[in-house]
Amino acid sequence: MDVKNKISRRKFLSLSLVGIGGISLLSLGALNKKPISKWRFFTENEVLILDALVEQIIPTDESMGARDAGATNFIDKQLMGPYQQFQKDYRDGLKLLQQSSMEKFNSKFEELNWENQTILLKLIDKDELKHSHWEKGADKKFFSMVIRHTMQSFYGSPKHGGNKNNVSYKMLKLDTPIIIGQNRYK
Amino acid sequence: MKNKHVNAIVIGAGAGGGAVAKELSFAGLSVVLFERGGWAKYDDVYDDELHSQRIRALGQAYGPDDARHCRVIENKDGSTKIIRPSDGGFSEVAACVGSGTVSYGAMAWRFMEEDFKLKSIYGAVEGSSLSDWPISYSDLEPCYEKAEWEMGVSGDETQNPFSPPRNKPLPMPPFSHNKEALILKDAALRLGWHPFPIPMLRNSVPYDNRPACYRMRTCVGFACPVNAKAGSHNTVIPKAIETGNCELRINSLVSEILVNDNGKIYGVNYFDADNKQQTQSADVLIVSASAIETARLLLNSKSKFFPNGIGNGNDWVGRNLQGHLYTGAYGIFKDEIYDDFGPGASIALCDFNHHNEGIVGGALLANEFIRMPYQFSEIRPKGEPYWGLKHKEFQRNNFKKVARVMGPLQEMPNFNSRVTVDPSVKDFWGIPVARLSGERLDADMKGANFIAEKAEKWLLEAGAEFTWQTASKGKGVSGGAHQAGTCRMGNDPKKSVTDPFGRVHETPNLFVADGGLNVTNGGFNPALTIIALGYRVGGYIANEWAKGNRFK
Repeated sequence: MDVKNKISRRKFLSLSLVGIGGISLLSLGALNKKPISKWRFFTENEVLILDALVEQIIPTDESMGARDAGATNFIDKQLMGPYQQFQKDYRDGLKLLQQSSMEKFNSKFEELNWENQTILLKLIDKDELKHSHWEKGADKKFFSMVIRHTMQSFYGSPKHGGNKNNVSYKMLKLDTPIIIGQNRYK
Repeated sequence: MKNKHVNAIVIGAGAGGGAVAKELSFAGLSVVLFERGGWAKYDDVYDDELHSQRIRALGQAYGPDDARHCRVIENKDGSTKIIRPSDGGFSEVAACVGSGTVSYGAMAWRFMEEDFKLKSIYGAVEGSSLSDWPISYSDLEPCYEKAEWEMGVSGDETQNPFSPPRNKPLPMPPFSHNKEALILKDAALRLGWHPFPIPMLRNSVPYDNRPACYRMRTCVGFACPVNAKAGSHNTVIPKAIETGNCELRINSLVSEILVNDNGKIYGVNYFDADNKQQTQSADVLIVSASAIETARLLLNSKSKFFPNGIGNGNDWVGRNLQGHLYTGAYGIFKDEIYDDFGPGASIALCDFNHHNEGIVGGALLANEFIRMPYQFSEIRPKGEPYWGLKHKEFQRNNFKKVARVMGPLQEMPNFNSRVTVDPSVKDFWGIPVARLSGERLDADMKGANFIAEKAEKWLLEAGAEFTWQTASKGKGVSGGAHQAGTCRMGNDPKKSVTDPFGRVHETPNLFVADGGLNVTNGGFNPALTIIALGYRVGGYIANEWAKGNRFK
């Protein structure tokens, strides 16, 4: 007979509750030092900007856009792995994008309306952003990188954290999972 | 513990090395076959485009890995850049047993008779170190045949009027055409061209105890899930091992070729799977590490007898680095033309490989392999947005309406397009890395435009409503997976690195057996030619050995 069976059910439950409470108290204590986050690399503020940015890159229409398909989660995950070399680019780039948004529209990027977000990104894309804090060409380079990574998240295998529910494969009418073609042709 | 002396060391278990190891072990020589990677498994990547050898956004499926490997690219202005295997421009070839033959598209081309004597046919080309091969097509023909029958090639060369003469037909019938190829076939015939099914190192029917292709979509950039695609890893290497004479030593990276006090090459240093340095000795050594790594190894093997690297007394090792300039066109059709039916590439023509006014060499034209979704996000006509709703609509509307026709343009060899070893950058093991420099020639640009125009014409005839060419990519540093030319074979030791059997001129017992030997690289994917050269070099060594020659 093991220890657990010696304890009555009620006693066991109350012990469990104490346990849970204890954990949450500990968590609160930790909050003062480092916020608990589901993100591996990004801060909550960065996530807000990046969510808005990836949604501009692949917007929601009749099917899911990049934000809901998990692009930010994908990028966050890869930044701690194969994208490690791009950590600084994201940290700096998101900050500068926010500055450009404040400069031009006096509003945070994620709070801009859709049209103004698009206007700002088109200026960056065409290398026409003036009076900015970016080094020459750095804004376009940053945006190109985010486009590339967003595409990878959306069209790559869902196992990497994007392309939720195979949304892009369905959009492209691809067999998912792969169907063997042996009998389709003679 | 000291490694037991063997008859032969083969460095690199790819297209060339596999055939060499098979020939030598069948002839009774004891062989150690070195491979820097391990065995690749399809299940490791499954249908994961982001790891495929074509995209490699999250790293190469079959190596080399970013953590331990890098190269240096030297730009025209002298500036340099360190690049990792998953970056563009690295010129990667898979680092695993079978190497490129694991993840390649498996087109199984013989070069044409003309490809061995370009200089004689076309004369000098400005800026080019163009030369004829020291051997003719007929010298290599038996080796092509051996490659086709021992590894297994499907196709029907009787449908190609430009096909070089052969003694034996291909062992397997061709693949049936997919939807796109059927449409392209009719269009080519209307243009008076000569389309035919692509010869493939793939089983169209069961062959050599491996099953027939079941035509799913992970056919290029991936290993084949059922081994219907032939590579050295599932043909010649297992057969070599079966003889009991060949030991495959995986995860072992050869760092240096060793020379004794008499100037005689006697073995190699290598780092084993635990990164410990070991020595292996042998009577004869064959380097088949691919054109770039073979040159790097020779250049890194310096001694008082070979102060500039082995075989490099006349400064030819690493020179004439060539790849293929891929050129062609895309077309958007009114209806869906793409059926996602592997391997995808199905139809080709050789009308533009030779004898076209003002063009030296040329290229085959073929339709493209299976299409991958992320890859398609970068395929856009000029001016079409790469992001936003327009991106998504293009992707959704055109994924199955776009066809691509393209070909590997035969680049003109350039003495200044080269591999050297970097003076300061080293890899994980402390070995100086390869530095790539130089650029393609004007003749290549001209050829690329010519082929792109033909590709566009083909697509328009096939009914494409909108087309665009993909030729003007700039000259850039050559190389790529089709890397060749860095250890040119020739009769004149002053103007080549090896003799016509791949023996390095300055040595009695060191051979090269990979694309490095190619004097010119053909307007074709070079895998079958590299395999054939492996049979040639391996067959020569085995014959000599039987006669008592110990290459002293």
